[in-house]
Amino acid sequence: MSVSADGLASSCSCRVCSVCQKTLCDKEADICIPGHYTPGPSSFIPEHEIIEAWSVEPWPVDPHTELLLAEFCSPSGRLDHLTQVMGLHPHYLQSFLRSQVYLLRRDGPLPLHYRHYIAIMAAARHQCWFLVSLHIQEFYRLGVCSDWLHGLKHANQKLRNLNDLNKILAHRPWLITKEHIENLVKTGEHSWSLAELVHAVVLLAHFHALASFVFGSGINPETPTPTSTYCSCEINGNNQPEQDVLLSSSPESELECLMERMKRLQEEKEEEEATEEEMFTRFEKEKEESLLVGSGVFNDKVTLSSRVSRFVEDDSFGYQDFARQGEDNPPTFRAQDYSWEDHGFSLVNRLYSDIGLLLDEKFRTVCDLTYYNMASHEGVDTSMLRRALFNYVHCMYGIRYDDYDYGEVNQLLERSLKVYIKTVTCYPERTTRRMYDSYWHQFRHSEKVHVNLLLMEARMQAELLYTLRAITQYMT
Amino acid sequence: MEKMTRVSAGLGSASVAGKTMFCHLDAPANAISVCRDAAQVVVAGRNIFKIYTLEEDGFVERLNLRVGRKPSLNFSCADVMWHQMDENLLATAATNGAVVTWNLGRSCRNKQEQLFTEHKRTVNKVCFHPTEVHILLSGSQDGFMKCFDLRKKESVSTFSGQSESVRDVQFSMKDYFTFAASFENGNVQLWDIRRPDRYERMFTAHTGPVFCCDWHPDDRGWLATGGRDKMVKVWDMTTNRAKEIYCVQTIASVARVKWRPERKWHLATCSMMVDHNIYVWDIRRPYIPFATFEEHKDVTTGIVWRHQHDPQVLLSGSKDSTLYQHAFKDASRPIDRANPEGLCFGLLGDLAFAAKESLVGGEAGRKPYPTGDRRHPIFFFKKPDVTEQFAQVSSVLNVFESPAGGGGAAGLMDWFVQTAQLYLLSGKPFAELCDHNAKVAKQLNRPQVSTTWTMLRIMFSEPANLSSSSANHNFSKLGTLPLMNSFSMKELSSVLNERNKENRQDNIHSLETNINNNDVENEETEGSEGQAEYVFGDAELDDDDLYSMEHDNQTVEEQDYALPQEAFPLRHEIMDHPSAPEPLEKAESPHVSGSEAESVCVCLTPSESVSLISVSQLLFPPNLPPPFFCPVVKEMLSYYAEQGDVQMAVSVLIVLGERIRKEIDDLTQEHWYMSYIDLLQRFELWNVSNEVIKLSTCAAISCLNQTSTTLHINCSNCKRPLNNRGWICDRCHQCASVCAVCHHVVRGLFVWCQGCGHGGHLEHMRSWLRDNTHCPTGCGHLCEYT
Repeated sequence: MSVSADGLASSCSCRVCSVCQKTLCDKEADICIPGHYTPGPSSFIPEHEIIEAWSVEPWPVDPHTELLLAEFCSPSGRLDHLTQVMGLHPHYLQSFLRSQVYLLRRDGPLPLHYRHYIAIMAAARHQCWFLVSLHIQEFYRLGVCSDWLHGLKHANQKLRNLNDLNKILAHRPWLITKEHIENLVKTGEHSWSLAELVHAVVLLAHFHALASFVFGSGINPETPTPTSTYCSCEINGNNQPEQDVLLSSSPESELECLMERMKRLQEEKEEEEATEEEMFTRFEKEKEESLLVGSGVFNDKVTLSSRVSRFVEDDSFGYQDFARQGEDNPPTFRAQDYSWEDHGFSLVNRLYSDIGLLLDEKFRTVCDLTYYNMASHEGVDTSMLRRALFNYVHCMYGIRYDDYDYGEVNQLLERSLKVYIKTVTCYPERTTRRMYDSYWHQFRHSEKVHVNLLLMEARMQAELLYTLRAITQYMT
Repeated sequence: MEKMTRVSAGLGSASVAGKTMFCHLDAPANAISVCRDAAQVVVAGRNIFKIYTLEEDGFVERLNLRVGRKPSLNFSCADVMWHQMDENLLATAATNGAVVTWNLGRSCRNKQEQLFTEHKRTVNKVCFHPTEVHILLSGSQDGFMKCFDLRKKESVSTFSGQSESVRDVQFSMKDYFTFAASFENGNVQLWDIRRPDRYERMFTAHTGPVFCCDWHPDDRGWLATGGRDKMVKVWDMTTNRAKEIYCVQTIASVARVKWRPERKWHLATCSMMVDHNIYVWDIRRPYIPFATFEEHKDVTTGIVWRHQHDPQVLLSGSKDSTLYQHAFKDASRPIDRANPEGLCFGLLGDLAFAAKESLVGGEAGRKPYPTGDRRHPIFFFKKPDVTEQFAQVSSVLNVFESPAGGGGAAGLMDWFVQTAQLYLLSGKPFAELCDHNAKVAKQLNRPQVSTTWTMLRIMFSEPANLSSSSANHNFSKLGTLPLMNSFSMKELSSVLNERNKENRQDNIHSLETNINNNDVENEETEGSEGQAEYVFGDAELDDDDLYSMEHDNQTVEEQDYALPQEAFPLRHEIMDHPSAPEPLEKAESPHVSGSEAESVCVCLTPSESVSLISVSQLLFPPNLPPPFFCPVVKEMLSYYAEQGDVQMAVSVLIVLGERIRKEIDDLTQEHWYMSYIDLLQRFELWNVSNEVIKLSTCAAISCLNQTSTTLHINCSNCKRPLNNRGWICDRCHQCASVCAVCHHVVRGLFVWCQGCGHGGHLEHMRSWLRDNTHCPTGCGHLCEYT
């Protein structure tokens, strides 16, 4: 059977963002230019910035990582765009590659082709063609079961069973219950062992989160496809909607404001303490506000191109807000009762040895990563900002930290940033260049990539926490 | 004074009322703590904060401290501690970072006394000073430890753990000023309460977070720590550098550790995830817990000994919303169920046997090491402590290894030469080749290789081939087949107790794994898809059962597998096993005759054998396509090649021929061939080497036979080189190689005397020289034919 990786790719329509669609309708003109392609790894970040980061001498990564890089990139002979962009933060890249190589290449409960197929399934939920194509190639290279690439329907029952977990995990992880786990694990012809399941779950979470990163940083596809993943209006960088101008009075003051607020919060900490009720309401408020943020008009259905959609079943299942007004909300997840450090780690490491250590290192790296810089300012302690970003993502997923004052989120994260965060984590496929540009005008691109890393890891951890808790419940 | 009397009274009642009991809580507990008089216990959790009185036959709720309309997060406790001096004083650590003290003496409903909100993150632990009434210590996620004087509104000192989260803080029982803190990064720090600027000492105790630590109540220098790395370690702190003196490996991350009162070597642990039991360990025997409490249905979150001088009663709270009192007499003792003997086959036919030293070491007269055996005593304990009711066990592990075996591990390469010479690589039907080679391997004491050949035969023989040849012949040959490894267990002692059964079970398991290894292929053929089945005979399953199964099969596939019963020569099989079992038999026989009670004798005598395991090729469905096995065989070949046994790889490659060739890339094949040929030539096995070259299917290999096969010859007349044709000289136009006997031109083998240069047909020369000594041409040379 001759199935080529790219041969399956059928023609797909050009992507047009909602704003442009409107203008298109207004003007009734066809200005969509197929074949437009921005050079470089990312369509958001100028190429030269990334190249500069890579040409730093000495390259601040130990030889071991270079080996990993070499291994990972050998098929194509060059670094993929994702790695290039992530290379803006070499420290993180190191632990990222280590865990990814371990997940995909090293000893583990799942056979190699399963791993790539799961990666395809996960990325396809977010229509991330970049990752899907990458892993189609990898899968194809393994040379087994290549007919699976025709779509999920052609895969074996065992993997199809995973689809349910995949879609919930991708869009509404809080709905995962031990029944889902039970269904997969219960004895039968196509049952999963717990170790396999944990491997699969880590893979799913990893690639869901990675899809967020890909969209959040505007990673370009490896091969210039006739249709860009991003709408042409974003690429051209023009067509700045006027609302942005209204939002921030002046870019300079924006940064100053943020610094000022951070300082004030630091001081406030010492003096005043909010009462319980206030803390609770603050969390609730953040949670509810996150609904309003960005979840405006999604009348436009993002049309799935068939090359991705064949790996997706039940594509109507999408993101819904954790807290929805006037409905029975699922109970808040208390981080203190099921934390990654105490519980998640132990479970993961027990069922799939050593991955716990790698993930732990990755989470730790991303949380501690700092250059003590904020835009042009140096020597700034950004821990508060980083924590706010991390916890805000968890907040949207309904995970609450008892010891965190969610008022800080409100102070530190401006609305346009919140919109961006929500889009990137919850429905990354809707990310636009405009969103990327609309927050933190002063900041460097590498800092925005840093934000993306935080979002990605926070999302991954949230997904893992929910699933691992369900597995724990299943086991007890 | 009054307090003292109450204490003794409390102790008295505690030792009386020490029975196992429990009560349901409304919510999961996070921590428990017990009042000094051992009559009350406080349970704290996210949604619970209650005090229970311990009555003789149950818990009675005395007080609910969780009051107010909408309980604040200050009630959401991560830890709780009852003051050991003042029975009215409690402290809790809240998940929102507050440290709260409670005074039960207050008259109003709300017993909250003081609230410290200095920590920024969750407080993981609070600890009262053991002798000082007003001193409270807290450790928090934000990396700080704070010391509070309860007479003041604020903390008196702050200790910084360098931004790593604090998981536990414990005041030393003996040193007034010292406390220990354990951290998320695996460190343990010792502090002096008077010096907040810097720790006294720091050492890395675990990889990953240290969740708990506990000072030994009597021995001032001992600190026990438990971590996420599933270890409990006991440190001697009296020396300059903290020294790890004991280490207990548990099966899950350790959440709490508590020394058992009045017992120097005992400590109790519970785990954070997955494992719900509470274990009491004797640290000198870290392999099997001393006692286990298995009541909880979810993870145990808090354990505390009910009274600080009573070792018999343990209290525990759990996520399953129950509070238990465990009496030691009801604990289960894993040692009673543990099997003191172990037996296991190694991959290469070795055998390991572990038993109590008293059983093995008792026979002073016996020759300890039969030929070629090694003996490793691995662990033993020091003198038994009489005060403990504790079974001291010393064990001895024997490893028996077959002297010649091990695939040449001994460095002798005899097996290689013999194998090379005896293997048949072609010229017979596939099945026979395999059988032959299996037999060769077996004779050379290489059970693994032998088994591999047998497996290959089973895998790739077409059912049609089987039936075509005479069934009887076939199976009697295969007599060696159905049993790959079998051994018998004979019960000597009349008491067949539970332990023995377990032992047997274990053995079966060990065999199982052994078989799996032997097969090289594991799960894939191991019945997971119902395509191949092994029968693991239970001990109770006697031979008849086995046969009946065969009969069933027989009826189904009568034609193919008509099989006389006697074709299962179980006994012979056992006999056939080469030298490995024999030393064992010798080793054990003295103690068999001793017939000690409780001893499980393992012997491999064939008499009265019960087959524990049999692998029967009959159970293969006949229609399994051979290509199904190709990946497995491929892996197997690579395995052998990597092990250095390239001989096996190449032999199998040749014998299987087309069946496997396409599965392995040419380069690898070539590599194997080259290595093998090289080896053969070093051993001067030219014929075998040539055969291999000839049989090889690689172009690169088979052309080896063609290289340097040119002979440059000169004309025997004019002494000039013969360039074009070998038999006629271009120059003198004479036939160069004329047979000196028959005077015809020789084509093919030409033999000539190196002295005079005359020669001819091999046969002619041979017969000529049989009778004569001179050259047939009459040149007068005395030719020699050797």
